[in-house]
Amino acid sequence: MRLSSPFIFASNSVTRIMIWVVLALIPGIVAQVIYFGWGVIINAAIAIASALLFETLILSLRKRPVAPSLLDGSAIVTALLLAISLPPLTPWWIPFVGTGFAIVIAKHLYGGLGYNPFNPAMIGYAMLLIAFPKQMTAWLLPVMLADHPLTFSQLLQYSLHTHLPNSLSLDAVTGASPLDLVKTQTRLGQTIPMVLEQSSNRFGSLAGIGWEWINVWFLVGGLVLMARRIISWHIPLAMLTALIVMAGIFYLIDPNLYASPLFHLMSGATMLGAFFIATDPVTAATTVKGRLVYGALIGVLLYIIRQWGGYPDAIAFAVLLINMAVPTIDYYTKPRVFGEGRGN
Amino acid sequence: MLTAIFALLALAVVFGLILGFAAIRFKVEGDPVVDKIDALLPQTQCGQCTFPGCRPYAEAIAKGEAEINQCPPGGETTIQALADLLGRDPLPLNEEHGEHTGKTVVHIIEAQCIGCTLCIQACPVDAIVGAAKQMHTVIDDECTGCNLCIPPCPVDCIVIVPVEEDLQSWKWPYPAMASGDKRP
Amino acid sequence: MKQPLSTFFGGLHLKGHKTDSMRQSPKVLPLAKQLVFPLDQHLGQPAEPVVKFGDKVLKGQLIARRGGPISAAIHASSSGTVIAIEDRPINHPSGMQATCIVIETDGEDTAVDSNHFADYYNAEPAALRDTIRDAGIVGLGGAGFPTFIKLTPTTGKAIETLILNGAECEPYITCDAMLMQTRALDVLRGADIICQAVQAKQCLIGIEDNKATAIAALHEVLQAQQFRHPIEIVTIPTIYPTGGERQLIKVLTGHEISARQRPMDVGLVCQNVGTAVAVADAVLQGQPLIERLVTVTGNGIKTPGNWLVRLGTPLRDLLAPHDIDCRRHDIIIGGPMMGFTIDDTQAPVVKTTNCLLIQTRQVAMPAMPCIRCAECANVCPAQLLPQQLYWHARARDFDKIQDYNLFDCIECGCCAHVCPSHIPLVQYYRFAKTEIWNRELEKQKADRARERHEFNLLRHELKKQEDEERRRKKKELLNRAQGKTESETDSKKAAIEAALARARAKKEAMAVAPKNIDQLTEEQQKQIDAAKARRRQHEQDKV
Repeated sequence: MRLSSPFIFASNSVTRIMIWVVLALIPGIVAQVIYFGWGVIINAAIAIASALLFETLILSLRKRPVAPSLLDGSAIVTALLLAISLPPLTPWWIPFVGTGFAIVIAKHLYGGLGYNPFNPAMIGYAMLLIAFPKQMTAWLLPVMLADHPLTFSQLLQYSLHTHLPNSLSLDAVTGASPLDLVKTQTRLGQTIPMVLEQSSNRFGSLAGIGWEWINVWFLVGGLVLMARRIISWHIPLAMLTALIVMAGIFYLIDPNLYASPLFHLMSGATMLGAFFIATDPVTAATTVKGRLVYGALIGVLLYIIRQWGGYPDAIAFAVLLINMAVPTIDYYTKPRVFGEGRGN
Repeated sequence: MLTAIFALLALAVVFGLILGFAAIRFKVEGDPVVDKIDALLPQTQCGQCTFPGCRPYAEAIAKGEAEINQCPPGGETTIQALADLLGRDPLPLNEEHGEHTGKTVVHIIEAQCIGCTLCIQACPVDAIVGAAKQMHTVIDDECTGCNLCIPPCPVDCIVIVPVEEDLQSWKWPYPAMASGDKRP
Repeated sequence: MKQPLSTFFGGLHLKGHKTDSMRQSPKVLPLAKQLVFPLDQHLGQPAEPVVKFGDKVLKGQLIARRGGPISAAIHASSSGTVIAIEDRPINHPSGMQATCIVIETDGEDTAVDSNHFADYYNAEPAALRDTIRDAGIVGLGGAGFPTFIKLTPTTGKAIETLILNGAECEPYITCDAMLMQTRALDVLRGADIICQAVQAKQCLIGIEDNKATAIAALHEVLQAQQFRHPIEIVTIPTIYPTGGERQLIKVLTGHEISARQRPMDVGLVCQNVGTAVAVADAVLQGQPLIERLVTVTGNGIKTPGNWLVRLGTPLRDLLAPHDIDCRRHDIIIGGPMMGFTIDDTQAPVVKTTNCLLIQTRQVAMPAMPCIRCAECANVCPAQLLPQQLYWHARARDFDKIQDYNLFDCIECGCCAHVCPSHIPLVQYYRFAKTEIWNRELEKQKADRARERHEFNLLRHELKKQEDEERRRKKKELLNRAQGKTESETDSKKAAIEAALARARAKKEAMAVAPKNIDQLTEEQQKQIDAAKARRRQHEQDKV
């Protein structure tokens, strides 16, 4: 018998939230398939399978009931977010090891769903990036730019046996992402307009062929989540605003050295990060003011690392570093209690 | 070499003086630790800890002469509170001193009482009223359940009764555990 | 006087489920055979019985008087005989029993003589408050706080406005709506009387906009009748929990009253519409609080509706016409958001029983871990952080949880309602609150025991000193009497004497001797011997 009131409930559940997150990811994933081939699907399949495997294993090791945790869908969301962040051309063990690390180390060693201070998918990503930089930085060229776009079976071949068709080398099918390109070329002394002109075929209309549309579709998915009240607007808005402000200031200072705010918004994993990664409720700040601070800090840090750090994109590190500050942010942004701190 | 030694010596002397002065100047009257420990003890004054009352036990803990797990009436809660206060690890209750039971008080079976006043003299909190050759009775609200009145009673007319939960002391139970979540 | 409405943070739009029980006007429940009156049915100290077993009582007769400064009187709701004063099941979430006065009704329903105010317009406020106090009126909205205390000015601040709470924001409950519909005149008269009793300048009646009929009924009477004080009916949006006293005040006046303040501090008094009717009955008819409207509804009830019920009627009588199975249904006292379940339908209707909600029992969804989504914080009308409160309650960290203002929580249930992890948040808060109160009580008791023990030690010490003093004086007298010539032998003698005295004192201090075992009756001696034998037996058993 239920002891305490209330006795009526809104039809909400963790599973429902997770299902909506997966649904909202679909447009972006489809865009990724269109521009970079089936690799993301292969990675997602491997990641989800290994997430379920690791979740089952670790739950039985911890002597916890397996079914409720498997059914809540959180492991699938973690796996999916990691798979989307991975390069589409990777050996199978990259998603496998990454998900294992995310589920076992980042999630369950901290106590499981709800207790992990760091975003598990991003922990998995960061671990892979540090441990296997070669595999993690080889992005495929967009399908429409490649001389020989890889088919599904060729991608699968590579995933399983790290084997490319005989006529192709790894260098022929991969290339630097627009973010990477801008960063390395400006460091070599070129101005941004020069970079854009030289590789005009790579940059499309906004921020790189493929990337810009992937970002648009993740933005659409994110807006759906907001409309369904799965996520609140505070974190994405604060993060994107901070990014625009940072990029805007430096763009105004010297457009030859610093890329435009639009470029930063629409390239890399900006939208995925703003709507799906930074908003992970477990690891984000929970107060209203705290969420604004948290989002803004991620935006600022994202720009700093992209501009002056060692990595072309920085969603994972920005989010993880600000995750660390969450307890402090929450502590100092407690809301005013009803009736307190007012003149009356 | 020599200068270094002198410099160190000089430093030692100066700081020694400062510390010595501070020790005298800022001396804390009384022993606040004892008060703090005493405040955490249940004040049953039962002596099960082998000390004659809660304050002597608190003093012994402060001096390091007693462990923090000798108080059966306080049980786990008191041990945990003492451990938090003193920054020690909580220990399981030392069974030599008794078991932690629910709260109890004593009642005098009034028909059997001969009015000998022995229990009145034994009660550490003056919770028994009566006079020589008059029937005695226990003030329930003041009884701490120390049971010190039981051994002196020549007619064994004092009984231990558990304190029943009433509407005022009723507590909402701790909710059943969430699934996949067995930690306390 | 017109003022734009304010809003409060959080809250929920809930499905009302109110139309079913509003279809018919209230029916009068037949008189029960037994009426049960718990002594503790209001906030504050329990009442004290003034009747004894076998007494004949009349309807409206005082059967228990106030048991302290914050307490309320209890009156018999029909005539009959007191057949017991004993522990009976009451409606309380603990399922515990408590002392009740049980009256067997005689069916005559003879009423006690009553006096009433013919002209309350010119009555002394204090006299009106006394009448309200003696009628045993408590807040009928749910909390049961004695009304006369809320009406007695303590702050020296003049009462500006009386706020009458007709919001009734919980789903399913309709007794207040029905009362406003059927007894609109008494609601308004009651408001007028309370205004007079607290010398308020005006009255605002806040009613949620889903009670159009009640609002219309009140407007009609307000236009047709003259009242001494200006009364305004304010239609407010239907948002749970607008009916919370502090939420309603915020909506109507814009004042935010913290958990540490009372409405009186800003010149407001808030009363439920049911209380206003009870006040009107007490002042105009001289009838104490002996009956009330109770909503009986829920999906387990075929014909939901409101009943006029005598206080003390067992809930069983209300449920008798319906096919209720305790194994299939939850019996909830109050609404679905803040009520509590009971198991024993022998428990009686009391002053605060506003609704009996019978719902088919649902399998409770298992609680999942908190994912810190902060949905709870978005709906919390007290603007707390329920997720943090839960975190600390779960860890039994009772200091931290108070840093997060646990005691500002009004237990409205919004947080638990929206929680996607189905965590019984309110129960965690109730657990923490009762646990903290209990520890506070225990601490007070321990402090008292410490004081008493210290006094006990001091007394023993003083007694010892006194004895010493007496002995010394005695010795001095002795010395003087024997003369100073034999000083040498005397001093030796004195030394021996003193040593003996010390030994005696020590012996006395060591072992307290029974004071009266020298002149025992034979019977007592026998008892002692028997006890000694028992003890020996125990010793042997142990060995």
